[in-house]
Amino acid sequence: MNQNTDEAEEWDMVIQPTYGLFDLKLRDVWRYRDLLLILVYRDFVAQYKQTILGPLWFFIQPIITSFTFLVIFGRIAKISTGEVPQPLFYLSGVILWGYFAECLTKTSTVFRGYSNVFGKVYFPRLIVPLSIVVSNLIRFGIQILLFLAVYLFYIFAMDYQPHITYHILLLPLMLLLMAILGLSLGMIISAMTTKYRDLSFLVAFGVQLFMYATPIIYPLSTLSDKARGILQWNPMATVVEGMRKGLFNEGLFSWGYLAYAFGVSIILLFVGIVVFNRVEKSFVDTV
Amino acid sequence: MSTVIKVENLSKIYKLGEVTTGTISQDVNRWFAKVRGKEDPFLKVGQVNDRTASGTRDFVYSLRDISFEVQQGDTLAIVGRNGAGKSTLLKILSRITSPSIGSAKIRGRVASLLEVGTGFNPELTGKDNIFLNGAILGMRKQEIKSKLDEIIDFSGVDKYIDTPVKRYSSGMYVRLAFAVAAHLEPEILIVDEVLAVGDAEFQKKCLGKMKDVSGQGRTVLFVSHNMAAVKSLCEHGILLKNGELVGRGTSQDIVAQYMGMGLAANTIKKLEEPIVADDIDVTEIGFRPPNGKTGNTITEGEAVELFIKYKVNNNAADRYHFTFHLHDDQGEVLFGFSPSRDNESLLNGEDTLVCKFPTNFLNVGSYFLALLIVKDKRNVIRWEKDITTLTVSTRLHEMGTWMGKEPGFLVPSFLWEHQS
Repeated sequence: MNQNTDEAEEWDMVIQPTYGLFDLKLRDVWRYRDLLLILVYRDFVAQYKQTILGPLWFFIQPIITSFTFLVIFGRIAKISTGEVPQPLFYLSGVILWGYFAECLTKTSTVFRGYSNVFGKVYFPRLIVPLSIVVSNLIRFGIQILLFLAVYLFYIFAMDYQPHITYHILLLPLMLLLMAILGLSLGMIISAMTTKYRDLSFLVAFGVQLFMYATPIIYPLSTLSDKARGILQWNPMATVVEGMRKGLFNEGLFSWGYLAYAFGVSIILLFVGIVVFNRVEKSFVDTV
Repeated sequence: MSTVIKVENLSKIYKLGEVTTGTISQDVNRWFAKVRGKEDPFLKVGQVNDRTASGTRDFVYSLRDISFEVQQGDTLAIVGRNGAGKSTLLKILSRITSPSIGSAKIRGRVASLLEVGTGFNPELTGKDNIFLNGAILGMRKQEIKSKLDEIIDFSGVDKYIDTPVKRYSSGMYVRLAFAVAAHLEPEILIVDEVLAVGDAEFQKKCLGKMKDVSGQGRTVLFVSHNMAAVKSLCEHGILLKNGELVGRGTSQDIVAQYMGMGLAANTIKKLEEPIVADDIDVTEIGFRPPNGKTGNTITEGEAVELFIKYKVNNNAADRYHFTFHLHDDQGEVLFGFSPSRDNESLLNGEDTLVCKFPTNFLNVGSYFLALLIVKDKRNVIRWEKDITTLTVSTRLHEMGTWMGKEPGFLVPSFLWEHQS
């Protein structure tokens, strides 16, 4: 190997068996940023093109889910939602959880779903999970409008007193946290499903179970001390309670748990990236 | 001239069968070695990718120690039988999969066309898909916008550009997909047998476009089984066999080497074991040029003969007949022929029967012979499929004539006369 000539020559790209574990190829991702936007566009357009209700589905899904929760958990099971009007409580929970759940489930099918495309063209694979996050962000934004509408309705028509606290400013941070969590878990699952297919079946119903382990349907305060202690280790619990604190001033939120939640997500992110990168290089051969 | 691609000791190892080694401890062990950048401890040394040999090992080298360089502006053909490793090499150069050993160094932007229409979404319109496909292939949105009209023009689907692609015929689909790819402006273009899709006119258009690309000083890597296209488009070539680089040179040389390789392996096949069926043994069978000429090249239009060396015991020759079937490479029987139809019978004892094919008979292509041994005019006692093959290669055509292959498998000569 002639080290001198190699250094004297400038190569744009060197393809080798081993890359660094954390080589994210962010420069590539930046170069392909147009693709990211186009993928987001495609996500929206292709999905709703042939449906009658089209974009209305963004609203219908959270409304129906919240309504179901209201009837079953609010009326029938009579789980208290504190001082917060039940519809607002459930709707906010559903929208928040929806963001996280979508990020996770969509990311977890990336390798399998895109295996055709990945096997034929190169583009930085990270673009796909990123496009998922952005699509969901837009969806979230639209659903917030729905929430605002209901919220305003309650203020003006039902004499609800708003109790917004400064915690509401944490929203962008919380979105970031949820995205990181959803992405990392999604990447890990996606990578594992290339080898063990049955994991993908677990995802959908695992996410459901996880929802019950997060205070979406009930406020954390209604739990026994012991249960509360356990659940607070769930980073999503901090997100949801934090947002509730911001919106309704009703939620158990502590900065300590927020720091913990971030810690967990960063660790998961590293694991997710490492796993994703490794699989990205070899999965074309194993899928 | 500067080197734009430098491949050094490139190897790709695939595991056959189970993807894991079978035990977690070995898997973890291997993973740990990989993470540390060390060689896989479970790889056996000295294995070659030969699809025709039955596999007894767990690993296979689909590429083995490949090294070559490509200069800027060169048009390089990558040629080899199916399974030689061509697509794997392209995938590595396109960064779709990574090598197991070795490296490839590249200067300039690479665009690969391994399949037409990658990423096309059936719900989106043609125009939307141009942007999607273009972006996937690495074009910036601005770039696509500026070339949009050219692309639509080249594809010939401008009337339908705003209908969802799922309504397109397969021909339109392919034309649109290639139109996008044709307008990439990479420094290095890698094309993998995309010419196999589409009709003759489309293929001509594609070839023409690729020639333009190379004329502009860009480098083109071209994989194809169409030797005429290879000779027409490419200056140089490399020949792969069982994952190894066995030849490099001008495209002329490489094509000749490739065709020769096929023929040497195929046409005259000494049977590993003689076929023994009741009283008749067949010891040798094959195609060869006539009149004892040597040489393995049978080009279109030339004469070829089939010979079969056999032995009849017990004076039973009048009870036995040979029937031959000629198949195309898709397995379809093209025609059958036999000595008895032409009033020729088998002889007792040892004999070599020679069948002279007419000249100007078979078109370019690969043909497979099946031998049937019939007893008492009705019992097929042996049926040997694919007992030998015949490959007819193309002549060098004049520049400017149509490079494609004539349709059909026969190219007979007829007698024409004017009756005015």
